[in-house]
Amino acid sequence: MVDESSDLVQGTLDMLILKTLALEPMHGYGIAARLEQMSGGTFRINAGSLFVALQRLRRAGLIRSEWKATENSRRAKYYTLTQQGRKRFDVETREWGRQVAAITRILEAS
Amino acid sequence: MSSLRNLVDGLRSLVRKEKVCQELDEELDGFLEMAIEEKMKEGMSRQEAGRAVRLERGSFEVAKELVGSTGWESFVETIWQDLRFGLRMFRKNPGFTAVAVLTLALGIGANTAIFTVVNGVLLNPLPYPHPEQMVSLAETLPPYPQFAISYPNFLDWARMNRTFQAMAAYRQNNFNLTGSGEAQRLKATQVSAAFFPLLGVEPVIGRNFSPEEDKPGGEPVVMLSEGLWKSRFGGAPEILQKTLILDGTGYRVIGVVPMDFYFCCENTNFRLGDVYLPVGAWNVPWMHDRGAHPGLFAVGRVKTGVTLEQARAELNTIAQNLSTAYPDSDKNAGIVLAPLKEQMVGNVRPVLLMLLAAVGFVFVICCVNVASLLLARSTARAREFALRAAIGATRGRTIRQLLVESAGLAVAGGALGLLVALWGTRAGLAALPQALPRANDIRLDPHALLFTLTVSVLASLLFGLAPAWQASRADLNEMLKEGERGTGAGGHGMQSAFVAVEMALTVVLLIGAGLMIRSLTRLWSVSPGFDSQNVLTFTVALPASAAKETPNQVRATVDRITDAIAAVPGVTAVAITDGAFPMNGDSDVGFWIEGRPKPSTQREMPNAVNYIVGPDYLKVMGIPLRLGRFLTTQDNLHSPFVAVIDEHFAAQYFPNQNPVGEHLNLAGFDPPLEIVGVVGHANQRGLDENESSPATVQIYEPVAQIPDEYISLLAKAEGFVIRTQAPNHPTTSAIRHAIEANSQQVAYNFAPMEGLVADSVADRRFTMILMSVFAGLALLLASIGIYGVTAYVVGRQTHEIGIRLALGAERRDVLRMVLGKGAKLAFVSVALGLCAALGLTRLMASVLFSVTAHDPLTYVVVAFLLMVVALAACYMPARRAMRVDPMVSLRYE
Repeated sequence: MVDESSDLVQGTLDMLILKTLALEPMHGYGIAARLEQMSGGTFRINAGSLFVALQRLRRAGLIRSEWKATENSRRAKYYTLTQQGRKRFDVETREWGRQVAAITRILEAS
Repeated sequence: MSSLRNLVDGLRSLVRKEKVCQELDEELDGFLEMAIEEKMKEGMSRQEAGRAVRLERGSFEVAKELVGSTGWESFVETIWQDLRFGLRMFRKNPGFTAVAVLTLALGIGANTAIFTVVNGVLLNPLPYPHPEQMVSLAETLPPYPQFAISYPNFLDWARMNRTFQAMAAYRQNNFNLTGSGEAQRLKATQVSAAFFPLLGVEPVIGRNFSPEEDKPGGEPVVMLSEGLWKSRFGGAPEILQKTLILDGTGYRVIGVVPMDFYFCCENTNFRLGDVYLPVGAWNVPWMHDRGAHPGLFAVGRVKTGVTLEQARAELNTIAQNLSTAYPDSDKNAGIVLAPLKEQMVGNVRPVLLMLLAAVGFVFVICCVNVASLLLARSTARAREFALRAAIGATRGRTIRQLLVESAGLAVAGGALGLLVALWGTRAGLAALPQALPRANDIRLDPHALLFTLTVSVLASLLFGLAPAWQASRADLNEMLKEGERGTGAGGHGMQSAFVAVEMALTVVLLIGAGLMIRSLTRLWSVSPGFDSQNVLTFTVALPASAAKETPNQVRATVDRITDAIAAVPGVTAVAITDGAFPMNGDSDVGFWIEGRPKPSTQREMPNAVNYIVGPDYLKVMGIPLRLGRFLTTQDNLHSPFVAVIDEHFAAQYFPNQNPVGEHLNLAGFDPPLEIVGVVGHANQRGLDENESSPATVQIYEPVAQIPDEYISLLAKAEGFVIRTQAPNHPTTSAIRHAIEANSQQVAYNFAPMEGLVADSVADRRFTMILMSVFAGLALLLASIGIYGVTAYVVGRQTHEIGIRLALGAERRDVLRMVLGKGAKLAFVSVALGLCAALGLTRLMASVLFSVTAHDPLTYVVVAFLLMVVALAACYMPARRAMRVDPMVSLRYE
């Protein structure tokens, strides 16, 4: 089990967060829970890493935040993908796909 | 876009820290709550769930810290923390802080002051539109590289050239203003109509001269300076309808020249006037005579895109054409043109650059001194740094902390230095205004402020980096083990190097100052050929009505004034002077000796300085008589024309021959003059005359033999020189009363002869004073430096000294050991400094006077002085070392 985001490939956490938010606006815990669920429990995100990444993405203008009520009528900060963020996510996804394919080819070469 | 958001976001967290923290807290709490609820759904108790979440998600406190420390604003915040910490440290060591800040203030202040001057004089563009197009113009007339222009020549230049937008001539004159209130002597500047438009000067009110007014027969018009307009006419705009009576003629006022108009030209005696008149309307014979050079110079503006070379080439062609057309007056005559800026700045460039270098040295010394202070302190703080390192501070973090502290010192020093600079520049300019051209342009402008800022930052890096580096390098284990006693000898080595640099620079400065002092004492001991003590000069202006008197009436008036002055108690001798006067006015005359071939043109005649004086002149000035007799009251229009020559004249034209009885012809003067005597040579151009200019020959003629056609010159104003019994006895007001009681005469321009002599060396004195101040400052700082390092070493060696003493060393040996170390350091530094000085002082050769840049006496004295000062500075700590009590120092361990 990987529970330290530093063990993630550098920069992947940002991409994964963008992916999560591409589905729907989400609060911090929601993002962490969704990532855990989607990865089948492989990624358990440390709170520190998560919020540092969120601040970084917000400052880069890729996501924006607002306070909203949750379904349990609790106040939480929801993050939404911006136009710019969506574009970046597309680019990164393509790039990731190419890199993975390349690495796979290298590893499978005999 | 995103960088803007970054900035705004960062600022928000800086300014609204509370709110941002609170939001983060709330967000994280929410996260924690939701995670706990999730776990509780799986059946855990609340407590178990909390523990599980913290285990999975890491510490939430750490998360908070992490988020808080990622943005750029957290960097700002740590700097701020460092600064506050630094300030606390400074407050705990007020002595150290005061010394460091004061040292920096001196260094930065002196630098800013000198830079302000250099900036004002050398770097600032001239205050005119397109200053690069402006050139100064003069004639060359061998042997004179720069000579006044003849007005007909000037008109031809202006008419024939194709490369200039405009040319304008100017000269100075004086007028008596009468008619409205008290009579006043005015400084007048006569200018071409093109003069003000060429310089881009707009009148405050009214208009500039028209070309029609700049011709003979043009309507007499005048422009006032704003100063005169305000002081005499209350700044009333009605002045434009008024007429001024100047020398008895009415001139209509057409405009007012603004106060900030400024122009000056090296060697071409431009002077700001009280009034300005069109030069072309000045209808006197010598304005129409191509062979006359009535003190006229010119300024020109070349057309856009024309280079100086093109303009010069064209003017050369014009000069050649004029030579061919008018061989009598213009043979060999040429035109010399120079960029105006060079003319306005003149020969102060090497001096100012030298001072800038000197003050740069002082700056480095200041920085080095503060650096060695910081170094000593950082050794004392070694334990603090070790502790920081032990709890995880990185090396970069420690260096940053120390650099922030030194930046704090530098900023404080810079702020204080700015005050020093403001005060220094003002005091310097007030004390020595005549030593610098463009003094009006010197002010503390944004450039100078930027300079100060840069210098301060540079300083903090310069003096902060080495100690910071040293401190951050410390070995953690060693340091904590050694405790308060700090590191080994590393810091000591660097400090010694600092002191060596400091002292070597001091040697260079001291030698520079020493050479200037030697030059000036040499200059002062030069005998000018006359005795300037108790000699007073002044000018008397006659009322305008004198211009209409007959020549004999004018002569009688002059005699009456002379008698009135002679009758003042305390006046021992009085003489009228016309023509040249030592250090205060040039007048040359061409001559040839009777019985030798007469030069075919006036141009080929040798020139002599022409003094037209009263019979008591020799007595007043204390010039010795060498042969024959001087002029007497018997030499007048009814007796043979006579002249007296100086000893240079005699040696050059009558070698091994008695000149008395020979005859002399002067250009433009008919009967030959009989030489009746030879007098000593009096320096005409300044104390350093013999170095800077070829020896001049001099002729004295009696005022009483001025022929009728030239007497009108006397009818305006004449110079007087008197010898008094004591300084300020009689007072100038007593003399003025005696003269002005008579009639409408005005006495003005009182100047003691000693002042005129002193002014002739003003620029050298300015350099000397500044160099001495800088060198003194450097010496003080360097002795503090060597004292500091010795005291520090002795402090560190107390233990060792204790052991030595306990083992039977004599106290004398201890003294010798400490002094020996200081002496060795001083010796090395002095040797270094002497070598540097040998190379560097060559650059100041041009400002020295009869002293070589390698003057052995100066070098020896400076080396000796520095060794003595260094040893004296070491002596105090050495005595302390001698008194170490072995028991105490050993027990201390």
